Amino acid sequence: MILLDAPFLNLQALLDGLMVGAIFAFVAYGMALVWGVMNIINIVQGEFVILGGYITFAFFKMGFSPFVGIPFSFLFLFCLGFLIYRTIIFRVVDKDMFISILATFGISIVIQQIMNIAFGSQVETANSGLGTSFLFDGNITLSHIKIFSFIVCLLGAASVIYFMKTSKLGRAIRATAQNARAARILGVDTEKVYCYTYSINAGICGLAGSLVAMTYTLHPYIGLPYTVRSFMIVIVAGLGNFPAVLLSGLGLGTIEEFSAYTLGQEYRIGFVFLLLVLILVYRSRVLAKKREYLK
Amino acid sequence: MFADFNKKELSGLAFLLFLGIGTPFIFPGYRIQMAELFLFMVYASTWNIQGGKMGYNTFGNIVFFGVGMYVCGATQIATAFPLGEWTAAGGIKTFIHTPKQYFSGIPLGIILAGIVPAIIALVLGSLLLVLRGHYFAIGTLGLGIASGEFATSLEIIGGGQGMTVPFWPKVAGVPHSFMGGGVNFFFTLSFVLFIVLFFFLRWLYKTRFGLILTAIRDNEDKAESMGIPTMHYKVTGWVFSAFFMGIAGGIFGNINGYIEPTEVAFAGATIGVFMVLMTILGGKGTLWGPIIGAFIFQLFKEFFWTYFLGWQLVALGALIIAIVVFFPEGIMGMLRAKYPALFGEVVDEEVRLAQVTINTND
Repeated sequence: MILLDAPFLNLQALLDGLMVGAIFAFVAYGMALVWGVMNIINIVQGEFVILGGYITFAFFKMGFSPFVGIPFSFLFLFCLGFLIYRTIIFRVVDKDMFISILATFGISIVIQQIMNIAFGSQVETANSGLGTSFLFDGNITLSHIKIFSFIVCLLGAASVIYFMKTSKLGRAIRATAQNARAARILGVDTEKVYCYTYSINAGICGLAGSLVAMTYTLHPYIGLPYTVRSFMIVIVAGLGNFPAVLLSGLGLGTIEEFSAYTLGQEYRIGFVFLLLVLILVYRSRVLAKKREYLK
Repeated sequence: MFADFNKKELSGLAFLLFLGIGTPFIFPGYRIQMAELFLFMVYASTWNIQGGKMGYNTFGNIVFFGVGMYVCGATQIATAFPLGEWTAAGGIKTFIHTPKQYFSGIPLGIILAGIVPAIIALVLGSLLLVLRGHYFAIGTLGLGIASGEFATSLEIIGGGQGMTVPFWPKVAGVPHSFMGGGVNFFFTLSFVLFIVLFFFLRWLYKTRFGLILTAIRDNEDKAESMGIPTMHYKVTGWVFSAFFMGIAGGIFGNINGYIEPTEVAFAGATIGVFMVLMTILGGKGTLWGPIIGAFIFQLFKEFFWTYFLGWQLVALGALIIAIVVFFPEGIMGMLRAKYPALFGEVVDEEVRLAQVTINTND
């Protein structure tokens, strides 16, 4: 076991896991929002993340610091989410869930292919230019951009929660999530609420994506793993339980890093998807004992 | 055998038979596209057992396709040469199958390509079919991609490099003339597979089994409380799908000549979605819906590949959205709503009007 031979690797994996887990949790947070409010599983989530990353990367390519790209990623994805909602999603909101899964799957294929055409299929990263710290005689490396992205994710999640609790739109969103029909009776424009929920989710993904671009790597086809990770986090945490989303996000990141260190990086994606299947089967077994079903 | 066919079904079948038997003589240049068309019909019809009849929307049937492809290819190779050395040789072909080796490998490969996925479906089904609704959909989506990643890291079948399938054997520099050469042979195999599947499903949907599948779709809990062991039927349905999907995969691997884990074998983003789409386009839960859907879809696909080259997948994604958003009932559903009499439904005008008034009062 490599982890027993080199005890520092445990700490390294834990740190890396927490850093990447914060991004997963942030993306999952957006998915929980859309799922809870609109009853849509947004398969295009991962593509939003990668697209946000490519926006930042485009700024980096033009010679700006990638930090300039962060607000633009957020804004661009917010507008894109608005557009997609107004053209496609509003038609599938109240339909069967499989219809919305397939429709968002179709959108994800379109975005994926356009990114492939626009940015090429090589692996890219936007170098932030921040340094790296070496702790414990160089046994632990900690790049500063990871700390930065960790903090931004936590701040972002906190500000979304604050927005939900205090603003009028946030209150309308929460009301719609609880009971859309009652909210409509009480004068909430649910159509508008759906639209802004979807756009906010896309913006969250864009922000997370710009962090991914600086911290990790970009590739047009790695969106789906992000979708599956956030799906997994949401079903483990439960809808509407935001502290649990954060915890299970950090947990998933840690488990993934440890698996990557022990099994090897090439099994990472396969491990994520297998973990999803295992969690689903385990959950349904537990529920079946109580004579309930996942619905 | 054809006694219980009505006129529309007979003419549809006659058209398919015409395509199957006539293609090699009339337009031999399109044999590969036609073989693909029949395989598409197989994919859509097998997906329809789960997604249409049983109400279990799966993205995981692609697993059986990929496994069948790999099993068939590996069997064809391994009956003659060591598999590891073959894949290690990669693109440089140092091993050539003699006709005898080739023709003894193919039947075994095709049969195993059906049986191995069926066994896998038995195991996976007993684990996964407890899931319901969209959880099943996403779980099987994960399964499809996990198996692609797993195949990528498996060295003996070539890993991410993929592996080549044995070439059609040559006799003194000329392709062996059995059944008119390789393309003809695999075209005929696809056609026969489709016809067998068609008659099998037609019989299956009329039995008690077919009724139970429909009962599971309509209300599984009720079906269970009526004393039907639903799990047993769901798993059996998946085994049927896996068997035919596996054989289709084996044939497709041979037509393609080259097996690659994520783009060809476990191609969840292309074939894995196409089969869902074709079924929805044609009409879920009907015998003819997937066939019509596959036919129209293949036309679209060829059109996109010819005129939107480079952008074909963007166009296909847009097609997915358009079909799903505007056409969720499919062609059969639309026809049924417009001309119910065609489907043997008797519509009493008074009853219909009464229902309309009730609905508008609601």
